[in-house]
Amino acid sequence: MLSRRKTDRWTGGTMRGALLLVNLVAFTIALLLLWKSWPVLSGQPIKDVLFSTNWHPTQGQFGYLAFIVGTVAVTVLAMALAVPVCLLSALCISEYIPTRLRWPVRLGIDVMAGVPSVLYGLLGIIVVVPWVHRLGAYFGRDGSGYSLLAGGIVLGLMVSPVIISVAVEVLQGVPRDAREAALSLGTTKWEVSLHVVARHAWRGLMSAVVLGFARAFGETMAVLMVVGNDAHIPTSLFDRVYPIPALIANNYGEVMSIPLYDSALLLGALLLMILVGAFNLAAHVMLARSEPGRA
Amino acid sequence: MSRIAIRNLTVRYGKHDALRNMNLDIPDGKITVILGPSGCGKSTLLRSLNRLTDLYDEVSVEGQVLIDGENIHDPRADLLALRKKVGFLPQRPFPLPMSIADNVRFGPRIHRMTREDILRQIGAPADAAASRHAAMDLLVEHYLKQAGLWEEVRDRLHAPGANLSIGQQQRLALARALAVEPEVILADEPTSALDPISAQLIEKRFQALKEKYTIILVTHVLRQARRLADYVIFLYMGEMVEHGPASFLNSPRDPRTRAYVGGEIS
Amino acid sequence: MLYRRIQEWFFRALMGLSLVIVLGSLVAMLGVLAWRGIGAISLEVLFQTPKGGYYLGGGGGIANAIVGSLYLALGGTVLATVLSLPLALALQREYASPRLARLTRLTLDVLAGTPSIVYGVLAFVIMVRIGMGASLIGGILTLTVLMLPIMTCAMAEVIALVPREMKETAYGLGATRWESTLAVVVRQSLPGLITAVLLAFGRGIGDAASVLFTAGFSDRIPTSLADPTASLPLAVFFQIGSPVKEVQERGYASALVLLVLVLLVSVVSRLIGRRFSRHVIR
Ligand SMILES: Nc1ncnc2c1ncn2[C@@H]1O[C@H](COP(=O)(O)OP(=O)(O)OP(=O)(O)O)[C@@H](O)[C@H]1O
Ligand SMILES: [Mg+2]
Repeated sequence: MLSRRKTDRWTGGTMRGALLLVNLVAFTIALLLLWKSWPVLSGQPIKDVLFSTNWHPTQGQFGYLAFIVGTVAVTVLAMALAVPVCLLSALCISEYIPTRLRWPVRLGIDVMAGVPSVLYGLLGIIVVVPWVHRLGAYFGRDGSGYSLLAGGIVLGLMVSPVIISVAVEVLQGVPRDAREAALSLGTTKWEVSLHVVARHAWRGLMSAVVLGFARAFGETMAVLMVVGNDAHIPTSLFDRVYPIPALIANNYGEVMSIPLYDSALLLGALLLMILVGAFNLAAHVMLARSEPGRA
Repeated sequence: MSRIAIRNLTVRYGKHDALRNMNLDIPDGKITVILGPSGCGKSTLLRSLNRLTDLYDEVSVEGQVLIDGENIHDPRADLLALRKKVGFLPQRPFPLPMSIADNVRFGPRIHRMTREDILRQIGAPADAAASRHAAMDLLVEHYLKQAGLWEEVRDRLHAPGANLSIGQQQRLALARALAVEPEVILADEPTSALDPISAQLIEKRFQALKEKYTIILVTHVLRQARRLADYVIFLYMGEMVEHGPASFLNSPRDPRTRAYVGGEIS
Repeated sequence: MLYRRIQEWFFRALMGLSLVIVLGSLVAMLGVLAWRGIGAISLEVLFQTPKGGYYLGGGGGIANAIVGSLYLALGGTVLATVLSLPLALALQREYASPRLARLTRLTLDVLAGTPSIVYGVLAFVIMVRIGMGASLIGGILTLTVLMLPIMTCAMAEVIALVPREMKETAYGLGATRWESTLAVVVRQSLPGLITAVLLAFGRGIGDAASVLFTAGFSDRIPTSLADPTASLPLAVFFQIGSPVKEVQERGYASALVLLVLVLLVSVVSRLIGRRFSRHVIR
């Protein structure tokens, strides 16, 4: 009897300790990044770091603006392409297609959600980039096809299965009674989908989108392979961009030769983490507020 | 047998009072039936007698529940001993994710009962089983019989408990609870999924069990209450409106009880 | 009425179109990768390590990357599982106060959303500081950190689905938190837990950015934890960029092998999920 209690007590203590440890580790990671990037942060005013496009590592100038814009542009474009299509597809899978077809389609989508990003990047090089190149030529823009648009398409394609998979799951969780009640009032199926099902499930749909956003935002390889990696503020979809993850992956190997470069790239990592953190915090607060009962 | 006394008990989910300021002594060795319309706090009352309220995020409990003089809502109370003493049949029966036999064995196993303990508990002669394992088999049979489930499942004791029908699951839950030999049995609508015949079987079991146990039981079936109850508690929106020996059902004083008994509130 | 009928028809068409676009591109993608890959695969490519002049079109194969990837992903998965399971269990109400649980969930979400390149460089910074080079163990540890939040979140999600009544039952019988956790919670959520592990494995084996600096690349199959280790995603990445046709071809072969591995894991996870759900109450 006594040893059962002891086991319970020490497993309980260990587990609570583990929880505290995770939070501590996350905090340490952020602190470590801050500490390593401090030389750059303290060397020049923060507004020069965030809002300048002067990126000359050899001269010790590190303006992140073009990279920040590049990161945000690719992610936003990907989401703009993917979200409407994905939500409509999810509704279609959940509400319209016959039950018999539903599970193979869901299986396929789930499987695609697990395909590594490098392969999406590869597809981008083989198919998307040449296609964008031709499209650009049609609009009188020359360029290689390695561009913001290519990045957006590849990334959008990559996050689609993730978003759809979660969204369908959520939509399928809406109780059937809710649908039947509305349908029996003489509404059309689309009206039911929009006003009953989607409204019932909007919180889950939001988290599907958030999940997709997080995946798109931090993606390194798939993007790096198709965006052209050139640090300018893009003025059209056919311009090259250079997102922060790609910057780090491309250059971290050779940082040791240039003073402060190392620190500057870690600042990029810190920026990414802060953005992810802010975004998650916002999502948490928003989702928590709209559902007071659930902690 | 245990004495249960409730003192100034208030239970809240967040800001919502599920039970307000209850005071009551529950007679031991009797069947106490809790009646009341849906959502009035019956399940909440049962849970607070077993401190299963701990599992809920926003629950706060004030007041005391004294079992044999010990306040179980005291943070220092010995939960394990308490819960062994007080058996619980939840409103929806949930087989544990294991075989039928393992469901019944679960309690004795975690309480590390020895061969001798088991044989003594089921009243078998000391040489009825050679090993602990064999004794466990006897125990499974004993309690499944007590719950009236043995005949139906004797050929598939190792099948998953999940495969049973809801009514069978309710009886499995009873067998499982009895197997730890509690002193008090809390049962939340234990026959809600059973046909009249099986329900009567269970009712008979309860009648027999009250020799040894204090039984507290929630039901929505007024006639079942009349058949079983020695003592009745009537709850309405978190308040104890009336309580007393079962005969008060025939002449309730409070208008809300009268309405319920007359079938106006359901 | 006519307006509503047109609306219904319009959105139906739009939804159908969306689905066709998504499914079409995904199927096309599989087709393209399979088509390019199959032509490039041979026994030599699968079972040999690079020979002299490999990157100029010489002989050899990608066995170094295949084995390396398996080592990395398996090692990472084992470590991450050992750490994630207790964490996910600890997020239950019995162990964590609602506040601690909420904070930890937020932290895990942030960690799961942190780009893998960040883990890659951070691990590299630490490895340089302690005088460690790119190595199998470095890659494994980095992957562990990358997988941990993903796996823990997925596990916590299935654990939260264990019906409260089921736990009540176990406690009602006098079980301790730990006994209820082991005998009831883990058993009930086992299929979901396995899926979570395999999901993380899939993410780990396909991630290039985190092993780029920490595991490095090598033409040989590692024989110790301190050896640099090749991986399939990097094999794809490096070889696709090559101007030499033969090398590019082997990039496609690597892509196909990676794809097949990941698809296999997906399918196996489903089968296992079903196999272990015998006792699960639905
Ligand atoms: N987990 C919970 N969180 C918030 N409120 C709850 C929770 N559980 C119960 N309640 C509320 O507490 C009140 C009492 O609930 P309880 O389950 O005790 O009712 P009951 O009398 O058992 O009803 P029924 O006969 O339908 O089973 C109800 O108003 C219910 O909505
Ligand atoms: Mg109830």
